[in-house]
Amino acid sequence: MTEFDAASTAVQAALDAGARYADARVMHRRYESMTARNGDVEELTQDESIGLGVRALVGASWGFYAVPDLSDAAARDAGRRAARTAMASARVPGPSVDLVPVEAVTASWASGCEIDPLGVPLSDKGDLLVGATRTMAEHGADLAEGLYQIWDTAKWFVSSEGHRIDQRIRECGGGISATSIGAGETQRRSWPSYRGQYGTTGWELVESLDLAAHAAQIAEESRALLTAPPCPAGETDLILGGEQLALQIHESVGHAIELDRILGWEAAFAGTSWLDLAQLGSLRYGSELMNITIDPTIPGALGSFGFDDEGSPAVKRDAVRDGRWVGVLAGRDSAAMASLDYGGSVRADGWARLPMVRMTNVGLEPGPHTLDEIIAATDDGVLMDLNRSWSIDDKRLNFQFGCEVGWEIKKGRRGRMLRNPTYTGIGPLFWRSMDMLSSETVSWGTPNCGKGQPGQTGHTGHPAAPARFRNVRVGVSA
Amino acid sequence: MSGPTELELAGQVIELVRRLGGPTAQAEAVVTRADLALTRFANSAIHQNVAESTVGVRLRLHVDGRTAAGSASVVTADGLRALVERTLTAARLCPPDPGWPGLAPPAPTPDAPGVDEATAYAEPDQRADRVGAFVAAAGGLSTAGYCRTAHRSSAFANSAGHTAQGRSAEAAMDGIARRDGADGVARRYADRLSDLDGAELGAQAAAKARAAVDPVELPPGRYEVVFEPAAVADLLQNLSWYGFNGKRYAERQSFAEPGTAQFDSTVTLVDDPLGSSGLPFDAEGTGRRALTLVEAGTTRAVTHDRRTAAEAGAESTGHATAGAATWGPMPRNLRLSGAAAGPASPVGRSTTGTAAGAVVDTDTAALVAGVRRGLLVSDLWYTRVLDPKSLVVTGLTRNGVWLIEDGTVVRAVRDLRFTESYPRALGPGAVLGLGAREVRQPDRVDGVWWAAPSLRLASWHFTGGASG
Repeated sequence: MTEFDAASTAVQAALDAGARYADARVMHRRYESMTARNGDVEELTQDESIGLGVRALVGASWGFYAVPDLSDAAARDAGRRAARTAMASARVPGPSVDLVPVEAVTASWASGCEIDPLGVPLSDKGDLLVGATRTMAEHGADLAEGLYQIWDTAKWFVSSEGHRIDQRIRECGGGISATSIGAGETQRRSWPSYRGQYGTTGWELVESLDLAAHAAQIAEESRALLTAPPCPAGETDLILGGEQLALQIHESVGHAIELDRILGWEAAFAGTSWLDLAQLGSLRYGSELMNITIDPTIPGALGSFGFDDEGSPAVKRDAVRDGRWVGVLAGRDSAAMASLDYGGSVRADGWARLPMVRMTNVGLEPGPHTLDEIIAATDDGVLMDLNRSWSIDDKRLNFQFGCEVGWEIKKGRRGRMLRNPTYTGIGPLFWRSMDMLSSETVSWGTPNCGKGQPGQTGHTGHPAAPARFRNVRVGVSA
Repeated sequence: MSGPTELELAGQVIELVRRLGGPTAQAEAVVTRADLALTRFANSAIHQNVAESTVGVRLRLHVDGRTAAGSASVVTADGLRALVERTLTAARLCPPDPGWPGLAPPAPTPDAPGVDEATAYAEPDQRADRVGAFVAAAGGLSTAGYCRTAHRSSAFANSAGHTAQGRSAEAAMDGIARRDGADGVARRYADRLSDLDGAELGAQAAAKARAAVDPVELPPGRYEVVFEPAAVADLLQNLSWYGFNGKRYAERQSFAEPGTAQFDSTVTLVDDPLGSSGLPFDAEGTGRRALTLVEAGTTRAVTHDRRTAAEAGAESTGHATAGAATWGPMPRNLRLSGAAAGPASPVGRSTTGTAAGAVVDTDTAALVAGVRRGLLVSDLWYTRVLDPKSLVVTGLTRNGVWLIEDGTVVRAVRDLRFTESYPRALGPGAVLGLGAREVRQPDRVDGVWWAAPSLRLASWHFTGGASG
């Protein structure tokens, strides 16, 4: 029995049990990760998982059931159970459910990969992390950590509308961090970001990060931060590096434009959104420099795919154009409920999880400046980079971020390093204050986006470049 | 049940390691079957309803001085053999592991509480009915949340001859009611689904939502606070992850100093994994047991697996989990002991006017009665650590904040952001009162819970309001 056969059997069983629509995903995922600490390998894990998840729509209610078994009997049982679960949902019914139309296609898609990351010898990968962490320890880090992660996912999707799509997506990445420990606090520096940079690529991404070359510098900086002056408290001009701006986009734009949140489907857990659909197309989200796209077609970015997990093809769309809110992340059912005509942003974290609205690649289009130009144009401010902590309210308005490092900016020049830099604000006010944006874009990958109950971990991409924001409150402390 | 048992499967994995890896290979295997189901509602209707029936095997082995771990969801003979072969290959290609702590020796498995079969095999209709009761009891307010059940049957075997097995079952319900942009929450964890009363929880959430309307904005600053159990659960979780974690302690990233009076004398913290339905052994086969971490304000212990215990010259406390080599062993069932003779105060006396309904139990009412000016906080949200050693955390209030004046909740307040050191806020002299009744709160994953009474603290640093 092939994977397509198992998925088709499950879909048919759901239809036979009363579903008016059903789809099924078979996924086979191999995962490998290695962590190293202070010159030793700390943990090597290789996981392999294969199974089937089927989703059934009975009347106006959904049900989902998953099993790690692709036999004919198991697939039939899963389809029947999904339909039965949907019928139980009807005991507390909601409004009618429609699905925006998507062409039923037979297709295959694979992400680009020059060097198969699972094919690289473990000894080579171990040597990379052991060497980099040893260098950091030798240059003053009390805690020198490195890691890489690899996902190799094959999936087969079948729907009762006739979809038959297989995809293979390979993702990998890695990074290093140096922590120095003082009497009452710790200081950390990472490269290229804490727990690494990721993409839908092969091992060539990790090689391009050149972890070993940056080990000594970040170790020395983490040590120096222990005695650096603290970030001053007050309002000032804030320059964010691209990595931090990527997370700012993720938290204060990406989640805010998720249609399931806007519709209240996540109200009890992830939260809602400050955005009101009645203002779609007219609301000023940010300054005119703010152009945010939803683009799962970017080669190599972590949120890229050929088709989402309900068969919608990858399409680039605008979310914010010239500062105005114009688009959302949606699925077929949420889009229909909101009277929109597109989905395309639904994914599931493995075969045992229900597909739900997730970010793809949500990022800023490049601006006209460079980081050097932004610094040169800033008379008095702070430059912050590399995220250390992130917190935002359940409507995605009130945020506070901490960064690993700050630098004083005085009269157009980068000055002293500052420790414990934090900044806080309200999303739209913050974005409206962006007055300079660099063209030096990097598609940062975030492999740990949590959402959903049961919990799902999403992989998202965020093109971002350094930018300046005016009159931001910085230096919040306990 | 058809097919091999979990213990038989674990034994097969160990035997395969012996055959393929030779007599010196050390291995441990955990096989777990799980039936997990979650019925989710929003806008007062069930919109997501999921269930999974899974089996998984996790193998960790140490051969020729090198260590690797792996897992698989295919437990056929071919699947198990593939897992063993690739994990052996991985171990042999890995750099040496000088910190390998060895395997757990044979030892009796502690007795665990029994499993409620009705919860283990609950049907979707039973969860849906509790959701229906919650929605109905909210009296027309919009509601959202979930009802879930979880059942695990697990077995452990290692090549030192140690075996263990056990089962767990649990249920949880978490919901909000919403009115005019204000939310009220009710959240419970139970060993039996039948102990979850959807109507009671829905009514409680609705009462709090009605009391939370028309909030005013207060200026940031230090306020005395009364935290309800859901908010206290966040304190316990962060203390567990960052403070009592044996790996972070060994790395000097933890505030914990065993033997030192770091907390108020009213604070006693016990990790109590078998205080409810739970597996009686950890990922290394070590028996799980109650462990006092803080006794009357004095830090007594941190949690260990075999690796951190070996580094510290201590014994494992039964806190090994998959991934603990990276994240560290940490408490997952932490209980803040309630006051021995709890104060009580009629609920009705603690609120007034539009805030009626903000207080839903006599414990909290008694704590509120002692506050001259402060805040009642239902829940904390999106808490993140600014510095792990001092455990300075930022986050926000959620699902209801109210101003207390002269012992009475007088009106709702808009959500506030805080930046606070958790150990400092619980430090000597900082705890002004504890309720008597410990309420268990579910975590985001099954098997993890936090139990706490309401808690009155002298000072909490709110660093921002809804306007920034």
